[in-house]
Parts: sequence; structure tokens; C-alpha cells
Amino acid sequence: MSDILAEGKTTAAPDDGLAVLEQRRSTATSYGIPLAVLAELTHRCPLQCPYCSNPVELDRSGSELTTEEWKKVMTELVELGVLQIHFSGGEPTARKDLVELVQHADDVGLYTNLITSAVLLTKEKLAALADAGLCHVQISFQGNEPVVADRVAGLKNSHEKKIQAARWTRELDLPLTVNAVMHRQNLHQLSDIIQMAVDLDADRLEVANVQYYGWALKNRAALMPTIAQIEETSRIVEEAQARLKGVLAIDYVVPDYYALRPKKCMGGWGRQFFNISPAGKVLPCHAAESITGLQFESVRSNHSIAWIWQNSDAFNRYRGTGWMPEPCKSCEFREVDYGGCRCQAFALTGDAGNTDPACTLSPMHEKIFKLAETEAAANNNRFLYRNFAGGTLETEGDHGA
Amino acid sequence: MAGRNISVSEASRPKLPRHAKLKFDETRQVWVILAPERVLAPDEIAVEVLQLCDGERSVAEMVDQLAAKYAAPREAISTDVIAMLQDLADKGFLNEAREKTP
Repeated sequence: MSDILAEGKTTAAPDDGLAVLEQRRSTATSYGIPLAVLAELTHRCPLQCPYCSNPVELDRSGSELTTEEWKKVMTELVELGVLQIHFSGGEPTARKDLVELVQHADDVGLYTNLITSAVLLTKEKLAALADAGLCHVQISFQGNEPVVADRVAGLKNSHEKKIQAARWTRELDLPLTVNAVMHRQNLHQLSDIIQMAVDLDADRLEVANVQYYGWALKNRAALMPTIAQIEETSRIVEEAQARLKGVLAIDYVVPDYYALRPKKCMGGWGRQFFNISPAGKVLPCHAAESITGLQFESVRSNHSIAWIWQNSDAFNRYRGTGWMPEPCKSCEFREVDYGGCRCQAFALTGDAGNTDPACTLSPMHEKIFKLAETEAAANNNRFLYRNFAGGTLETEGDHGA
Repeated sequence: MAGRNISVSEASRPKLPRHAKLKFDETRQVWVILAPERVLAPDEIAVEVLQLCDGERSVAEMVDQLAAKYAAPREAISTDVIAMLQDLADKGFLNEAREKTP
């Protein structure tokens, strides 16, 4: 008994439960049953963050899936074995049917997470979402005070509204994650952001360095941190993780350009997760549409989501390790990181089938490291704000709002 | 900050917080804990302990129950149960039931 419980301790909370789940999988395939789906309900958003993870070509509201279509999607997801749904966007609360969608997700047994900018939330709306079964709320913050935060968001008074919504979240006893996207122009606030998360009684903080695809790639020169900032960031995060153990869980996403090893992007292409765009495209990740030459199936097609997951060319193209060229092919880490990020490989090398240049083994690594250093040093701080018109350059003193 | 940063003892009355759901996954035929950005796969014993964490039952009562069921030394079980629960609590997947207001 004692030994079994000791084992229980180690297997009860591994960092990656999938490893355990995969061992128990009945069908021996190179991929599993997807764990979680990111549902981008809309690309509409009152914020204009220059690092937005949405594609540069945004889906118009007229093309969005209807309430009934999303409900059907969620029912299919459960049949496929999906356990969690993250309602995201754009701004998911811009959808008038969000409460109904959360209710349906809860009815069919999905774990629900709301990923929101929070500026459209009211306490009544949050209470309705809580009653509908919402499990968790994640609110993005652009800084720890309005001057930096409202400028980055491109929306006046946004920071104040976020703080208020975060307080309502905890008053309603909903669990809260603070998501802080970090870059050269707000990294100096990191210590204060950590304290803000503690003061807001958040359960969890994501310190996420910007990942450079889509909008963020266009804004790379304005966002890229310096090496000195990154060293300081790692120090601050490690110190806070130790100090706040049991109070605030802190997840840290390191910046690719200064990394030595690439990240295990999406847990491996088509391996654990997928994304559904506002118009219903089933994507291996939220940035996958940036890879030209891949065709993505829609939930509006004649295929089931299960068929798309198992059989579509887009999912199978970079699945597992068979597609890999050298240096990935013979690399001992090929099943640790699955070659890093396909979208980044495409953005930086022009071929999504190359090794992610974040890896020191990539022939491009030295070049992108130097590029990051150079861009950070040039200190060009002007943003290109995200919008449906292809972006708007920040003008002197307008703060984008 | 009620119920967080708990130190698990025999007097604790732990429960899973709203954001951590223990559930049997029919598709994979395995118990899982669903949490933000995480799916954990607890083993059978962990599942048995977690099912007893209802915010009403104390750890001491759980240990009594398990010691009787497995005819095992109470002390060893207590050590293991507390260690397992503390590990979950440190990761933010276990709360203490809020004190009932008088």
C-alpha cells in the first residue's frame, strides 16, 4: 500500500499527463486522441494588440459559425474524446451566445475555459457564465498600469476594466489565470505584474514571451526583448516561482529567438490539440494558416471532425517524426520537441518542413539570434495595431485608441 | 486567499477546487484530473483518495477508512496520503474547504 501510494504521488500530477494516457491507448498509432481544442469563436475584438495571435487575414463576422454549428461541433468533439475546450477569439465575449455555448459544453461534459480580454465583461455576464458551468477564466493583461497597458492594447481604459473584471471573477469564486504577454516594451513591469496577479488573488500566472507569427512577426522590431531583459526575466520568474509556491503557480514561456532548444509546439503537430477558426476551419494550431500551401478542412465540409483529425493532409503532413529532414531525423530529441514549431520554420526559412531555427542545431539559428539582438538594439518602438483593415501604424501620441 | 496555500495535515478537509475536475474518461478508459492547460492522469490509489476529498471528510477519517480497507499500518498510510495531497496542493489542484461561517 505504502509503495503504491508513493507511486501515486509521482503519477498523480505529472507535468504531461499525456504520456500516461498514451500508454493506455488501445490503438497503436503515431498520434493520440486530442485532449483539448481551442475554439476561436470570433476574430472581432475591441483590443488591437500588436502581437495578436490571430492570422493577419481575419475572418469576418458574417463567416462565423452559428450557435447551432458550434453546438454540433462540441458534441462531435466529445465523441472524438476531447476533454477540454478553450473559448477564445478575437474576443469570445463579443459573441452574444457565449453563455449558451458554455452551457452546451458543460452539458456534453467538456471542461470549459474562457480566454478573454475581459473589457466587455460585466459582473452579471460573468455570473451567468459561472452558472452555465464555466470552470476557469483567463484574463490577458498588457502591463501592470494603464499607461503602458492601454497603449499596447490600443484601447483607452482597458486596463482598469480588466482589473475590475478580474476582481469580479474572484468574487464569484471562479478560478483565475492572469496571462501576461511580455515583450521589450513591458518587461520592465514584470515584477509588478507578478505582484498584481497576487493582489488579484489569481490562481495562476502565465508569463508568455511573444511568439513571432502573424501580427507579432510584423511587429517584431517593436517587441523583441534584449538579451539582458531575458536574463533578468528568467531571474525574476525563478525567484517568484520559489517565493510564491502554493500561492500563485507561474508558467513561463521562453522567447524562441534566444532559446537553445525549440519548444514542443502544440505538444507536437496534430498530436494533442487542435484549433477551430471562427469560420470553422480545423487547424493543427492557431497560426497554421500562415503556412501557405496547406489546405485546411472545415467543420462545414462533409467530413466529420474525427475524419479530419485522423486523415486530413494538413494534420498528417508534419505528424510524428517521419516527415523530418536532418538534423531532426537522427536527433535524439526528435520525440522530445518534434522539431519545434512548423509555423516558425515557415516564417523564418520559407519551408515549414525545416528544423525550427529556435534550435541551435538549425543552420539558421545563429542568424535569427543576431537578428533578434539587432532588432532589440535598434529600439524602434512604433506599433502596427491589429485590425480588420490589415493594421494601422501607431501615430505620435494617439496611443492607438 | 481562503483555502489556498494549504499545509495538509490529518485535520485538513481538502477538496478539489472548481478548476480541477476528477472524471472518468470513457474514451480512454482512464481517470483524469482536468485543470487549466493540464490533463493529469492519477493512478488508482490517488483516484480513491481524491474521491474521498469532499471538503467534509478530514484526512484522518480518510486514513482510517483506507487503513481498514487495506488492513495496512495506519501510520504509513497517513504519511503517504498527506504527501500525495500536499504535492497536489502545492501545484494548485487542491483546496481546503472554507471555514463554515458561524
